[in-house]
Amino acid sequence: MGKITVLRSGPLATVQDLGRPQHRRAGIAPGGALDLHAARVANLLVGNPETSGLLEIALGPTRFRCDDERVVACCGAEIHAALGRPFRIQPNEELELTPPPKGCRAWLAISGGIEVPLVLGSRATDLRGCFGGREGRALRDGDELPLGQTANNLKFKGRIASWGAPAEWARTAARHPLLRVIHGSEWKNFAPATQAAFLHGSYTVTAQADRMGARLEGATLPRLSNAEMLSEAVVPGTIQVANDGLPILLLGDCQTIGGYPKIAHVITVDLPIAAQLRPNDRVCFRSVSMAEAHDLFVARETDFSFFRAGLHLRSG
Amino acid sequence: MRVANSLGEVLITARKLEAAKISGVVDIAPAFASVAVFFASSGELANSTARIQAVLGGRNPAGSGALTKGRVNEVPVCYEAEFGPDLEVVAQQSQLSPREIALRHADAAYQVRCVGFTPGFPFLSGLPKALATPRRAAPRLAVPPGSVAIGGAQTGIYPLSSPGGWNIIGRTPLRLFDAAREPAALFQAGDRVHFVAITGAEFARWGK
Repeated sequence: MGKITVLRSGPLATVQDLGRPQHRRAGIAPGGALDLHAARVANLLVGNPETSGLLEIALGPTRFRCDDERVVACCGAEIHAALGRPFRIQPNEELELTPPPKGCRAWLAISGGIEVPLVLGSRATDLRGCFGGREGRALRDGDELPLGQTANNLKFKGRIASWGAPAEWARTAARHPLLRVIHGSEWKNFAPATQAAFLHGSYTVTAQADRMGARLEGATLPRLSNAEMLSEAVVPGTIQVANDGLPILLLGDCQTIGGYPKIAHVITVDLPIAAQLRPNDRVCFRSVSMAEAHDLFVARETDFSFFRAGLHLRSG
Repeated sequence: MRVANSLGEVLITARKLEAAKISGVVDIAPAFASVAVFFASSGELANSTARIQAVLGGRNPAGSGALTKGRVNEVPVCYEAEFGPDLEVVAQQSQLSPREIALRHADAAYQVRCVGFTPGFPFLSGLPKALATPRRAAPRLAVPPGSVAIGGAQTGIYPLSSPGGWNIIGRTPLRLFDAAREPAALFQAGDRVHFVAITGAEFARWGK
């Protein structure tokens, strides 16, 4: 069994996969890669199942080496020139990933997948709960992680570089930072002028931004009623308005319940853009209907199933 | 969906939805006065809305009367000053001595309204009114695991080291959350909780 060695971990590198969407009643965040779609795409590019363990790399610089030959692919922010295209690395070749010019995070899939033990059905690192991944923590210099077997269909030597993922999926940091939203359950607790300020202004990401969410700065959003709310479910993409009137955009490691009013929710297909926000970035919101959000999601999933089928045809 | 602000309503709603085994549902999570239903994809959501309405309009599942009886859990707590840095704050608020606070807190019967916020965090109802204390103006950056705390009219236990704004009055040696355990969270919504005061020496010996 091969392994990957972390030579330089960078600011925040973690093992992730598609997370734990089934344990909210125990207070466990869904977590996983902040851009679940990029993780699925990167895994498919190296012949892995979509659910394999992979690395989430925030900013970098980061350096790794594997002790045997592997195919790797990254999606997200541009940490490597071959974004969205699989390439081979030789035994003990050092793979250097550089801080991206734009965006915040990238996902690096390695053929065979990172095979840390499953905890509650997932290999994802839960940093708050301190479990999953490598001992529930961010990776450190010198960490070694076990790798699974490279899929047999990667015997297509020389052919792997001829395919790639659509730019929209692989280069998410290059996408315009416009997040489409549906109305949240407390949308009507904001005056029309406040709703308009939210949708027509722009917001700046503050330094308080991590895997749980990002506090934003911009027009304040006073609510009509200050009645205390009972906490209820929040999800990655929920935009809460804190007591100071400023929005908080929740991401994958967000708490399971929240008591702030929910003005809006970022639609699923735009969560990859949200995952790329870093402090000082500006972001805008635009309202879409629930039906439109569903249609966009279904269209992307249809595209994705063609992409998957296409890869199988080429590698079969 | 939102339901009445009643533990019974929430638990019965969650149980009905679970028992219906609606296709495409990946998670059902009860909160204080709502139950969230999560779907794997939006196609399934569209098909299931009517199904959910039918399920909720249907009869209560067998045994739902017993739902709110809950399992009874005894939770040892050391209320000594070492583990209760905010006992003085609660004492000022309630005009009671720290010792009286510990007696009253341990004497009450509690019920888990909801588990959330962080993995395994139980929100408990049943706090004596006299002990209600507003949250701290500035949250602590790191609350030690096992800390028993008061936030407004609620009491709860921090399972993990995490930031927190509640007033800490004691600590339990029990492990509330362990991802390697089945189930990982010690409590679930509906459970009943009794606190039992222990000494610092008993705390130190606990589990050894």
